[in-house]
Amino acid sequence: MRNLAAGVEGSNPTLNIIIFAAFVAITLVIVFWASRNTKTASDYYAAGRSFTGPQNGIAISGDYLSAASFLGIAGAIAVNGYDGFLYSIGFLVAWLVALLLIAELLRNTGKFTMGDVLAFRMKQRPVRAAAAISTLAVSFFYLLAQMTGAGGLVNLLLGVSGDVGQDIVIAVVGVIMVMYVLIGGMKGTTWVQIIKAVLLIAGALAMTIWVLAKYGFNFSSLLQGAVDRAGGGAKGEALLGPGKQYGKSDTSKLDFLSLAIALVLGTAGLPHVLMRFYTVPTAREARKSVVWAIGLIGIFYLFTLVLGYGAGALVGANTISKAPGTTNSAAPLLALELGGPVLLGFIAAVAFATILAVVAGLTITASASFAHDVYANVIKKGQVDSKSSEVRVARITALVIGAVAIVGGILAKNQNVAFLVALAFAVAASANLPTLLYSLFWKRFNTTGALFSMYGGLIICVVLIIFSPAVSGSSSAMIKGADFAWFPLQNPGLVSIPASFLLGWLGTILSREKTADKYAEMEVRSLTGAHAEKATVH
Amino acid sequence: MSTTDEGVGEGTGPDDDWRRVQESTEFAQLRRRLRVFVFPMTVLFLIWYLVYVLLADYAQGFMSTKLIGNFNVGLLIGLLQFVTTFLITWAYVRYANRKLDPIADKIRAEVEGDAQ
Repeated sequence: MRNLAAGVEGSNPTLNIIIFAAFVAITLVIVFWASRNTKTASDYYAAGRSFTGPQNGIAISGDYLSAASFLGIAGAIAVNGYDGFLYSIGFLVAWLVALLLIAELLRNTGKFTMGDVLAFRMKQRPVRAAAAISTLAVSFFYLLAQMTGAGGLVNLLLGVSGDVGQDIVIAVVGVIMVMYVLIGGMKGTTWVQIIKAVLLIAGALAMTIWVLAKYGFNFSSLLQGAVDRAGGGAKGEALLGPGKQYGKSDTSKLDFLSLAIALVLGTAGLPHVLMRFYTVPTAREARKSVVWAIGLIGIFYLFTLVLGYGAGALVGANTISKAPGTTNSAAPLLALELGGPVLLGFIAAVAFATILAVVAGLTITASASFAHDVYANVIKKGQVDSKSSEVRVARITALVIGAVAIVGGILAKNQNVAFLVALAFAVAASANLPTLLYSLFWKRFNTTGALFSMYGGLIICVVLIIFSPAVSGSSSAMIKGADFAWFPLQNPGLVSIPASFLLGWLGTILSREKTADKYAEMEVRSLTGAHAEKATVH
Repeated sequence: MSTTDEGVGEGTGPDDDWRRVQESTEFAQLRRRLRVFVFPMTVLFLIWYLVYVLLADYAQGFMSTKLIGNFNVGLLIGLLQFVTTFLITWAYVRYANRKLDPIADKIRAEVEGDAQ
């Protein structure tokens, strides 16, 4: 793929780079402006809790709609038809878990991190350490997948190819992301996500209308276009129903079931999603943010359905599969087909902005978890001399994470690491969600139970992935030429999620520790918002 | 208070005060109203989602049945997932605004008022 130096044919790399540079320049100015009032830990981690529900909802969609869900889903629909659509439904329905069970209660009981909620009535140090390890693991898997994706996108959109060129771009992405986080803290990061979400949704809306207009606003004709382009007959018709990708064998069907469960339960356990609920002043605003997020994310996935079939019809699955970046190139190629190099440049810049906004969100979450849970509460046992030293540690951590992300992204750039996103969701669904639910709703739950479900979920997921066909023993495996796989599925969720719920229960009943008194406080606070963290007034 | 560093814990009463609120009939009502909505609703949407996933996974012929033009059962059920997600969101917000927030606000005012 490195030989395709020109990127997408017909694209104008200079134009793409100019549009992208303009985005970076504008967002950096806004990040500087937003950072004026960043003084305390609450400002740095939670933007002073001053965002409104709608603003936070837009930022959540900006954080959540990663390059994988924009380029990946549109491309999957273009090439595999209906099966691509299945992902988007899991990603959307998942938000109901966050809305009904997590968002408001978390906002009422925590301060900055997931660890705050889990440690509320448990022994501080072991539970916070576990929460931080799980947060860092999920953030690292997700971050690495995004950084690696950046290398491929560069090749595709900017025409930068060759090892050195791609390495430089990965490093540039890492440096810009660290700048957003260091300078702007949560407030700056949130604004980057808001701007990116608006551009992404507006761009997708314009392309959707454009595609539909070409087919007289008749969705059925659009589908016919995709069927005809794919060669018509049974082969073309296969695009319209499920099974083209996952229906191959009994194992692949089971694999899809496993993925579907991890997607629907994982979202409400993703640390960077959870942290966003702390940026609003009240639980009611947290509720509003989820409502906005569900609306925007839902509409966006409806757009990708049209864009995916549109790319299948107007560009064709063959052209897409041969382009650099394969399925990821579907949306950019469709933009080129519709609006020429200018629209492609815009969509390319939006795709980059997407990666930047998502990695910045992950970085601030991971650095907050390290500084707040590990440094302030595990190492310093809650006795930090001043709040500014905690923020200083968070900033240093962000630098380290940036460096790790750049090195990891460069080392992994030619690897097939798509399984890392699925792994991040599986760990979030197995380690984080059961622990959060037990701790919010189960009176008897205790420290041992929390440690069992967190470490159990994390370890089972990682072990099953290592011994799965995603890592060895298949044609698409990360390590070629080796075969130590014994777990048949690429997605561990089907096993790890029930196991983790079971371990949380088992650990709890094995321990005599009772936390009912603290639970009384936690339950009252979580349901009423009494003594919840207030917004900072400047 | 060790759970949360300075700021949060200020003014919170000792554990038995929380116990007293937790055992009050008002709080019991708030908890019941929350759980009676969110638990069944969660079970409902998870089953509905799982039915959809299983149909897509194991009943591909049925899902590919065409209804109008190229619009088939799979697309219909898939789009219905969007519709139910939006509807459940709307129903929850309406329920929370009417049935949960007033009690929660009242208890919060009492708890925070007590502490001053």
